[in-house]
Formats: sequence, structure tokens, C-alpha cells
Amino acid sequence: MAASATIEKVSIIVSKGSLEGIYPALIMANGARAEGIEADLFFTFFGLDAITKKQYDHIKLATVGNPGLHLPTLLGGLPGVPDLITRYMERKMEKLDIPPIPEFIEMISDTGAGIYACKASVDLFELGEDDLIEQVQGVITVGEFYDHAAGGQIIYT
Amino acid sequence: MTTATYDDTSVTVDDEGFFTDPGQWTEPMAGQIARELGIETLTDRHWQVLKFMRAEYAAKGTGPTVRVLGKTSGVSVKELYQLFPKGPAKTAAKIAGIPKPRGCI
Repeated sequence: MAASATIEKVSIIVSKGSLEGIYPALIMANGARAEGIEADLFFTFFGLDAITKKQYDHIKLATVGNPGLHLPTLLGGLPGVPDLITRYMERKMEKLDIPPIPEFIEMISDTGAGIYACKASVDLFELGEDDLIEQVQGVITVGEFYDHAAGGQIIYT
Repeated sequence: MTTATYDDTSVTVDDEGFFTDPGQWTEPMAGQIARELGIETLTDRHWQVLKFMRAEYAAKGTGPTVRVLGKTSGVSVKELYQLFPKGPAKTAAKIAGIPKPRGCI
């Protein structure tokens, strides 16, 4: 864009553990790097699932309490429905060249973006560093997060 | 739409400096465009990406995304960002004389 103001750095907080909660943040971080903007991802609360070895390949779309899906809540709660809808969505995304979450996070890490876990959440869920994927550069406090974010924009998702 | 001069030849570029007609681009222009973008020397690795960009554009009508570049150009995502720190797909498209790729990934 021929705009006079530019964004030099973004720090994106991921607080949700659903497919639709995680992807927008990953797309924004990756897109920032693609534009030459510095980017960090900070995973907190249920967002930690996106960087937890046991969970990050099993992220599900929220099929209950999600009006945007236009699916009756009772139907969304039936056994197997979350997996079915998630698989459907994953296939659609693959066609659009949107990578699965594990590959996407590895790619974002390779772009030079920082990937951090929130210490309070790691403690809350009783996780160790071994439970987190290797791309995680550190388990940091909120104060350290603000240090990392200094001079940039903070985006909460 | 505006014009720029590379290798003593006037070419048509858009507001951001991307070629609107890849046919106007010639290899000798690449070095000057790269220097304007802060890349002093184009190495063989840069050229591998640039040639891939042009081939993809010729075949598909649009420049490849970073993901496609990383998987099929023979240059990893990590190295792509070392070669083109200000964004591989965007920077390489500009140097290779093709329009800006508009993907979100």
C-alpha cells in the first residue's frame, strides 16, 4: 500500500483452543512476516493447545455455541459431529493452500517469528517444557511478554 | 500506474513498484531492482527463487505463496527469509518482474 504509516512489529496473543480461534492468529502472524513485519505469537490459556505436542494435531472446530456455523446446537453436540465438521473444514482449507496447524506453526517459526508460551497457563495446566513443541522459544511471564512486544502492536485473539 | 527505468528501459509498474507486464522484464534489470529493495548482490540462491517465480507465474498466472516456494523451489522457508528478509514472495515477485502475489498464506 502506498500509505504513509507502516506497522513494523506485531505481537499476537492466542487465547482460544478451537480451530477457528487459532487459525486467524496464525494467518495474521504468517502474513505479517510475508510483508516484512516482525511478528511474535504468545499462546495463553486454551491457546496453549496449539503448541502442545499431544493436542496440536487434534484441534477441533467449535460445533456448539458457535452461531456462525449455522448448525443447531443439539446437532453440533452429537457424537462424531465435531470431528466430521472439522475434517470438512480442514479439507476446504487444504484446497486454499492453508496448511494444517502443525505444519503452519513450523513454517511460521521458520519465517523468524517468535513463539512463546504463557507461564501462568503452563503452570495452570501443569505442563512442562517437554509437553510443548520444539518451536517454542520460551515460557514467559506477562511482564516478559510486554518486553518482547515493546514498540509494536498487540493483537488479542 | 506509473513508469520506472531499469537497464535504460522504461517499464510500467503499479503504485507499489510491481511490474504490470512481466514481458517488459529482462534479467539485467533484476540487480538494480534488488538494490533498491536493500539486497546488494543477487546470489545463485536468489536466482533460483527468481526463476521459479517467473516459471510459476507463466504457468499459473499468479506468483507462488511462501508455502509453495518453500515446498517446491528447492529453497526452504528459513532460507527464503534469509535471502529476502522483507518478505520472500513479495520481494522476489518485485525483483522477478511479476505482479504482486495476493494470497493470504
